[in-house]
Amino acid sequence: MRALALAALLVVTGCGTSGTGGDGRLTVFAAASLTETFTRLGADFEAANPGVDVVFNFGGSSALAQQIGQGAPADVFASAAPANMAQVVDAGGTAAEPVTFAANRLEIAVPAGNPAGITGLADFADADAKIALCAEQVPCGAAAKRAFEAAGVTARPDTVEQDVKAVLTKVRLGEVDAALVYRTDVRAAGGEVVGIGFPEADRTVNHYPIAPLAKARDAARARAFVDHVRSDRGRAVLAEAGFDAP
Amino acid sequence: MALVLPAVVGLAFLLVPLVGLLVRAPWGTLPARLLSPSVGEALRLSLVCASLATVVCLVLGVPLAWLLARGDVPGRGVLRALVTVPLVLPPVVGGVALLFVLGRRGLVGQYLDAWFGVSLPFTTAGVVLAEAFVAMPFLVISVEGALRAADPRYEEAAATLGASRWLAFRRVTLPSILPGVVAGTVLCWARALGEFGATITFAGNFPGETTTMPLAVYLALETEPDAAIVLSVVLLLVSVGVLAALRDRWISGPS
Repeated sequence: MRALALAALLVVTGCGTSGTGGDGRLTVFAAASLTETFTRLGADFEAANPGVDVVFNFGGSSALAQQIGQGAPADVFASAAPANMAQVVDAGGTAAEPVTFAANRLEIAVPAGNPAGITGLADFADADAKIALCAEQVPCGAAAKRAFEAAGVTARPDTVEQDVKAVLTKVRLGEVDAALVYRTDVRAAGGEVVGIGFPEADRTVNHYPIAPLAKARDAARARAFVDHVRSDRGRAVLAEAGFDAP
Repeated sequence: MALVLPAVVGLAFLLVPLVGLLVRAPWGTLPARLLSPSVGEALRLSLVCASLATVVCLVLGVPLAWLLARGDVPGRGVLRALVTVPLVLPPVVGGVALLFVLGRRGLVGQYLDAWFGVSLPFTTAGVVLAEAFVAMPFLVISVEGALRAADPRYEEAAATLGASRWLAFRRVTLPSILPGVVAGTVLCWARALGEFGATITFAGNFPGETTTMPLAVYLALETEPDAAIVLSVVLLLVSVGVLAALRDRWISGPS
């Protein structure tokens, strides 16, 4: 679904570049876990900069890094882990040194009412429980792997998703009994999803880097958005959503 | 010239990407990659699921095509249009619809779960259902077309000679529309083999259970582009193989 959204985005922005170049579009590729916070920050940025149109492509950080590497028209990249940002940096894709702007940690997410009676990571080894996890190449999956290693649990997922929001959706719909998602995702889902903490959560902390990209169509605007995310207002929005300070 | 030039561009547009795939293929490591367990697993799963989905489509789709072509049902035109909806529907939408009907909390799925303990999402059976949902209209349209082209008087003659409806269908009608059934089956199977959107939405992704070839291609592109190319080449060869094997005999035949 995100691929389709990207295709539409490519078509739209592709058409835009053939114009005068004076349009105010700012394209931000951001980790799926930033969907709610960045959407709010984007609206703020548009309000403060009349004529600027902020367009987001939310997805798994690994997919976004791959798309940027293939030449997708992005001005700013915000990843959920340094590894995926490093991929873009190594390819010479960034215009400035990435900076860490937030941190996040995993929580067990279960549907409201916790029908399967999940209590901790050990339940993820239960073959009868329906489990959804992030794929290992996306940051939430890498963090989940660290958690299971620390807990000595061999997880038995029923589905492995490409970004954290896809995992969260499976919990919201009640199609799985448990999943590992970010604390911020549990909060964003409201009453449909209940979060359960676990002792190994300290091992799952991910640091989020952001950087303006080398191929940004308006370098100053891309830098301004990065500054906006790091501003007091940006920190407040992120903290309210449950992100930790970097 | 006014027609030839766009025709050549059109031809290149269709063929160049496929050639590009072959050019980019890592031929040196191809055999090793082809024999890797993950490729074999995805290929086996794809073939099994597409074949099972085709069986489901045949069992349900041929009678449905018969009903649409010969049955005495009111609003047949509307019915026919409804049957073809999955044909034009984006497969992802089909996957969402399946999830909300057959999922554990779905309209029907909640009873399957409560009464029989059956949960279809994230299972191989879910893959088969998703593929059948998307592929069945191809079979129904093809068979219905053949039925409407066939002369119903042979059936009527069989009936006047005392054959039951089922016997007449089996011994008279079916042999006469066989080319249409075969062409529909091939289309249906190929469509099921390539199914992506409904599968990943309804059945999720887990290697060996639900990760079919198209899913494996999409996922490998993020981590290992070379593996994605190898998987794509395999699917390309399977597709070309199906066409080559069946073209002369059936698809361009008098169906």
